[in-house]
Amino acid sequence: MVVDTLAEERADKVFHALADATRRDIVLRTLEGEHNISALARSYAMSFAAVQKHVAVLELAGLVTKQRRGREQLVRGNVDTIRKAYRLLEQLEAVWLGRIDRIGEMLAEERNGGDR
Amino acid sequence: MTVTSVRKDPEALTMTFTVELDATVERAWQLWADPRQLERWWGPPTYPATVVDHELAPGGRVTYFMTGPEGDKHGGWWEVLAVEPPNRLELKDGFADETGAPNDSMPTTVTVVTLAEGEAGGTTMTLESRFPSVEAMEQMVSMGVEEGMGAALGQIDGILAEARVD
Repeated sequence: MVVDTLAEERADKVFHALADATRRDIVLRTLEGEHNISALARSYAMSFAAVQKHVAVLELAGLVTKQRRGREQLVRGNVDTIRKAYRLLEQLEAVWLGRIDRIGEMLAEERNGGDR
Repeated sequence: MTVTSVRKDPEALTMTFTVELDATVERAWQLWADPRQLERWWGPPTYPATVVDHELAPGGRVTYFMTGPEGDKHGGWWEVLAVEPPNRLELKDGFADETGAPNDSMPTTVTVVTLAEGEAGGTTMTLESRFPSVEAMEQMVSMGVEEGMGAALGQIDGILAEARVD
């Protein structure tokens, strides 16, 4: 069950990462294009170190990737993975929502039948 | 009333549903444990399911096929990984060929079902599905996983569009 624990830890990291408004903002900005950390840091009323820390949390959660180019550290949102996974999950979700609806109907019918 | 909350986590490739059922835990368990009841909700009305084998025991198999509007048959199977009536069922869910034999080249999903006493004599049912990889999900969706194809797309696009307006 090591794999399960890892998956859960990863999930926790994603939720933790996205629980902060600055981090959500960083994800959205970097999903639209590469940003270097210094430029990002200027967008927020906080220190460069604080922004760097936020980026590190996002990187750990797999929501952004970081790349060094010369002196710059470029941050990019991991858009393909996130978007693709999300779309597929939506389609698979529809299957279960259909099943849940049918269960609800079955139980409702049963209750109505019982009342009469 | 069936209240549903859905949590999709594209990073961990999991999806969790929480459903409040107006039924006791024992009654809700029958939805899974009784093959005739399972048949009534597993497949959509256009692809009703017929359960063939149904052995809810560790290592046991449930096999079924769904019949489409053209008489086309689509097989599937569960392998029961763990079962604790009436509270918990863990199953691996996969595709089968025309003869009902598992199709090993297709991805499988592991789903954990838990039934717990909810409020006012109802039952809280949680379903957690874990997919092996993005590629596996893609393969499942491209197979036209039952009625999944009609689902709305692009929620992430919506989120991004909103963010741009802000």
